[in-house]
Amino acid sequence: MADTAKPKGGGTARTTGGRRRSRKASTDAASTIADEQPKVLLDYYRQMLLIRRFEERTGQAYTQARIGGYCHLNLGEEATVVGLMTALQERDYLFTNYRDHGYAIGKGMSPRRVMAELYGRATGVSKGWGGSMHMYDTETRMLGGYGIVGGQLPLATGAALAVSYRGGDEVVMCQMGDGTTNIGAWHESLNIAALWNLPIVFVVINNFTGMGTTVEKSSAEPELYKRGSAFRIEGVRVDGRDVLAVRDAATDMVERARAEQRPFLLEATSYRMKGHSVVDPAKYRTKEQAEEAKANDPVLAFESQLEEAGVLTEEIKKEIAESVRAEVTDAADFAENSPHPEVSTLFDYTYATPVANESRRMPADPVFAE
Amino acid sequence: MSVITYRQALRDTLRAEMHRDENVLLLGEEIGVFEGSYKITEGLLKEFGERRVRDTPIAEEGFVGAAIGAAMLGLRPVVELMTINFSLIAIDQIVNHAAKIYGMFGGQTSVPMVIRTPGGGGQQLGATHSQNIELFYSFIPGLKVLAPSTPAEAASMLRAAIRDDDPVLFLENLGLYNTKGEVPDDDDTVAEIGRAAVTREGTDITLIGYSRMAMVTGQVAERLAEEGISCEVVDLRSLRPLDRETIVESVRKTGSAVIAEDDWLTYGIGAEIAASIQEGAFDYLDAPVRRVAMAEVPMPYAKPLETAALPSVESITTAVKETLNAVGRRVG
Repeated sequence: MADTAKPKGGGTARTTGGRRRSRKASTDAASTIADEQPKVLLDYYRQMLLIRRFEERTGQAYTQARIGGYCHLNLGEEATVVGLMTALQERDYLFTNYRDHGYAIGKGMSPRRVMAELYGRATGVSKGWGGSMHMYDTETRMLGGYGIVGGQLPLATGAALAVSYRGGDEVVMCQMGDGTTNIGAWHESLNIAALWNLPIVFVVINNFTGMGTTVEKSSAEPELYKRGSAFRIEGVRVDGRDVLAVRDAATDMVERARAEQRPFLLEATSYRMKGHSVVDPAKYRTKEQAEEAKANDPVLAFESQLEEAGVLTEEIKKEIAESVRAEVTDAADFAENSPHPEVSTLFDYTYATPVANESRRMPADPVFAE
Repeated sequence: MSVITYRQALRDTLRAEMHRDENVLLLGEEIGVFEGSYKITEGLLKEFGERRVRDTPIAEEGFVGAAIGAAMLGLRPVVELMTINFSLIAIDQIVNHAAKIYGMFGGQTSVPMVIRTPGGGGQQLGATHSQNIELFYSFIPGLKVLAPSTPAEAASMLRAAIRDDDPVLFLENLGLYNTKGEVPDDDDTVAEIGRAAVTREGTDITLIGYSRMAMVTGQVAERLAEEGISCEVVDLRSLRPLDRETIVESVRKTGSAVIAEDDWLTYGIGAEIAASIQEGAFDYLDAPVRRVAMAEVPMPYAKPLETAALPSVESITTAVKETLNAVGRRVG
């Protein structure tokens, strides 16, 4: 059994297999921090903390039954989420799986509307039709969280086809979990993307457990970035707990996908601090793994690095914490006070082009009322 | 007005739609260099090039899903699935994604795509290549399922499907490709999705079919007319949405009905139609509604068995006569 908690490379940035990078990935996180603008670093920190607090609040609201259905949190994966989202331009498209709240916020959606979606309110990003797994926003080009493992891969490939067909310079990023790399759609999508030279970056978040089954038990090649080689797609593994390393590796791939019009594969080793979903107590994890994960909390680690570098002072830290808390509270209040969708809108979203004879029957209605 | 085949009507329509709209592109197995397994796309690669006529790997989930994603960004892909049997490989993409994306994202994006695919028995293709599984898709809100029976309908309904903003399953039947019919020249008629057609008026009994069975019920009506029996023929054309009103109106008029379907009986499309008749025309019925369907077996290869398993002019005629006998009108 592998130690699922331990990031390869001792918690510092490490990329493997990339040929050329526009931003040099460092092997020393501290020196990289020294190279960065404090404003940029604080912005990353704030985004990570926002996702952390947002997700904590989400988990709480779920246990209070304010949120229904399934609920898959990004807790522990904040550095990965922020690093990836930072690598995308506004015009780039994003497809994710069901663990999508953090990505939605990271891609630019308002936390208010993401929370409202979780509450099933009309003000939600998907008007209350999607819920936790189906955040979507045309404006910020977050083209959806999808609930079927790997269902988003062919869709993202098709979006990249549309970009390529029109000669656009947008890139599509397609996020997934490690378990996805064993389904048919993975192979079919990577093959098609490579055959047709599509500008897409496939991102595997390897948190080492597909629900409760370890990557070693489910993947014959558990070093997932290597699996792109079957399609001549360059793959890189990066430490997903290091926001700068993720950003560098992702930026490199996104920009190369844009310039070279071909697909890339990024694997971010990560660790989700909770179970697969809110209701999963994660009993398959050992106590040591959980403790190790806690000790390597990416938000706290980044916080200490910024403090050591003198970027994050006590005062700024407090300021950020307060503003994040206020934003999350505001989001929850907004959701709480938003109306549910009107029942009269039940049939509004079956067809985009209205049709003759569409059934608009409520459960007890007869087909033919005389 | 020209007399052309169903196949030619499809090809002409694809070509015209590609000229009309740059966003229309074709995707599928063997549609380019090979010009289509059933030659629907003959000549189109030469005319439009590889950018717009794309041969895909044999990977239905991948390329059907890619068409959905491309449609989300505003292209209008027309996918050819070599046979409907292969759609089962892509059923997750069709049912969980194409059908759901408009609804589950609150109407923010639609999926304007068409999946053209032939099905049907009668070609000695055996169990996995002779199915009509349109029922699976007709069950799903969010999809539109069309099944035209004549060349003119094939043209006007394919136009409608391509210009529609929703995912459309466009069912063809191997037994229809070579059938001929009149199609208006320079036509640009767009069929209304969700409307059945009364293709023959009659007073004694209503015959209901779609796709190949709409053609066969027409032949039955013609034959019975010679015996003085007046059949009204309803061609469903659209399986979802389903035009219950036209069916019910016809049965209220004639008082009896026979449904002919090229799929299996139990839970089949005929079951839905029979239920609709029960709900809408119970008081008008003079006899139980009869369904003529495929034998409930995996389709055999041997010709006599396959022939026996499929509904035919003879088996439908028998059902009509038995129904009319039950009404009290002695025929045959």
